[in-house]
Amino acid sequence: MTKPLIRTKDLSVEFSIGGKIFNKKTLKAVNDVSFEIPRGAFVGVVGESGSGKTTLGRALLNAVDITGGEAEYDDGEVQFDLTNMSPGDLKEYRRRAQLIFQDPYAALSPRMTVRDIIAEPLEVMGLTKSREETDARVREIAGKCRLNLEHLRRYPHAFSGGQRQRISIARALASNPRFVIADECVAALDVSIQADILNLLKSLQKDLGLTFMFISHDLSVVAHTCDHVVVMYHGKIVESAPTRELFANPQQEYTRNLLAAIPSLDPDQKSRAPAVG
Amino acid sequence: MSLIDVKNLTVQFKTDEGLVTAVDDVSFSLKPGEVMGLVGESGSGKSVTAKSLMKLNARNTVYGSDSRITLHLDDGPVDVMGLKRPRDMQVVRGGAVSMIFQEPMASFAPAMTIGSQMVEQLLIHTNMNKKQAKDLSIEMLDRVGILDPAIRFGQYAFELSGGMRQRAMIAMALSTKPKLLIADEPTTALDVTIQAQVLDLMRDLVSEFGMGIIFITHDLSVVAQTADKVAVMYLGRILESGPVRDVIRTPAHAYTRGLLNALPRLDDLDAPLTPIPGDIPSPLERPNGCVFHPRNPELQPGSRYETERPPLTEVSPGHFAALFPEDVPSLP
Repeated sequence: MTKPLIRTKDLSVEFSIGGKIFNKKTLKAVNDVSFEIPRGAFVGVVGESGSGKTTLGRALLNAVDITGGEAEYDDGEVQFDLTNMSPGDLKEYRRRAQLIFQDPYAALSPRMTVRDIIAEPLEVMGLTKSREETDARVREIAGKCRLNLEHLRRYPHAFSGGQRQRISIARALASNPRFVIADECVAALDVSIQADILNLLKSLQKDLGLTFMFISHDLSVVAHTCDHVVVMYHGKIVESAPTRELFANPQQEYTRNLLAAIPSLDPDQKSRAPAVG
Repeated sequence: MSLIDVKNLTVQFKTDEGLVTAVDDVSFSLKPGEVMGLVGESGSGKSVTAKSLMKLNARNTVYGSDSRITLHLDDGPVDVMGLKRPRDMQVVRGGAVSMIFQEPMASFAPAMTIGSQMVEQLLIHTNMNKKQAKDLSIEMLDRVGILDPAIRFGQYAFELSGGMRQRAMIAMALSTKPKLLIADEPTTALDVTIQAQVLDLMRDLVSEFGMGIIFITHDLSVVAQTADKVAVMYLGRILESGPVRDVIRTPAHAYTRGLLNALPRLDDLDAPLTPIPGDIPSPLERPNGCVFHPRNPELQPGSRYETERPPLTEVSPGHFAALFPEDVPSLP
């Protein structure tokens, strides 16, 4: 049995929200979260706004400080204790763990060509030695993300939302990461483009052996893409189960309410609003 | 007797690159107490259509010369396209027609209390005095299910949660007792549980006030839950329209089928998600014939749809699709 890629125990992230020296107020955005992400898994994290799902993702990327508990990363080649990273560790970890953002309109610099956007992480991390090598790598990853190679010289404004999201994905995958966090990466897209991006992520995961943490508020999207689902509420994990099990037989009241609130495509089957809480 | 009749609505925008067509020959009508869903992807012209009903489009808008929008009010019909002066337009801007926007945070002024914004519009559109306006506003906040309405009345938008803000927005839109409510993606920015509450609320309000609602959304399931009839738009044209059950259960147009096949459904987790092939063309390169033909996987090369624009043909009672009559599927 191989070790999981990510393992956390009682992971907490607290933010200071003002107060004086002796009665500092803090907000526990992530509260004692213990879970594992197996290698090669596609794990969905769902929850409403404010449930801590984005903060959990950021903590696992070391983008916010972990204030309590344990978190480990182990991809078989290297291991990191995410609560205690040296600058050298962090540099190596940045190559192995990447993030795809929600809004493809805000995430891409309007002043850089698509080629430069995808090449930037390679150049910043010093992963390629020559311009030719960088170009070759950019073309390879752009092809995998089904981008038209003739488009590499254009600027992002020339692209639709779906194409931009493919550019963001190519940039995230340029450094050949092992772990990718996609934070609401289809929330801003139309349904037909959403289907295209979800299919692309699934096929990239298989081809490149990636491990995905897929953060979303949309349960039906998660149901179709992820093999394991974690439900968060108020910074805690309420329920965690394989996708089929969770949707067929939710154990917790909160998960049941969440599922009942999804609007059904059948006009005769009314969705139910949970009791006002 | 219908509440609003839209006939041959065409909207173009003057831009540096030339005239861009946003809405192309759109017609529909709505009865009082009826909810119509306007569905489409970004760029389909659904918001521009709705804004035309209030003449809210930007200054560079050119309306087609045979576009007619007629609003039937108690004291006679109003020709919306003929309204010129801002004072005349008050009847469609917040008077007989109200609009709810997608982002409730962006649609409330941040430096005014919720209450003062509600009172302000009542003073403009009704003959109430300040006291009456305040009482009605608090009553409306209560009606949409906001607890402690008198306290919320004195608060600012940032002090309310997302769902509460959208409720306050609905309370404000309904306080002038509009005949027609336009809701532009009112639940898109909300969590599912809050969305379900807002949809419940809107269903209740229709039966209580009997107003007509035009519900703009990209989400077919939201339409299934709220609307009586639906119009599916693509690149400024209505490709299919009809009673919501008929359109969703037996879609006649390939585009509607494409949208449904791309939708992740909870009742069948194994169903593959099928994207519609191709990308939405640039508005400057509108396809000839049927606007959807370059992306329609069901068409053979050289078909009529590449050059001729299909009419809206009735496929079942009240259910229309942009198909040539010979392509109308026969009913089982």
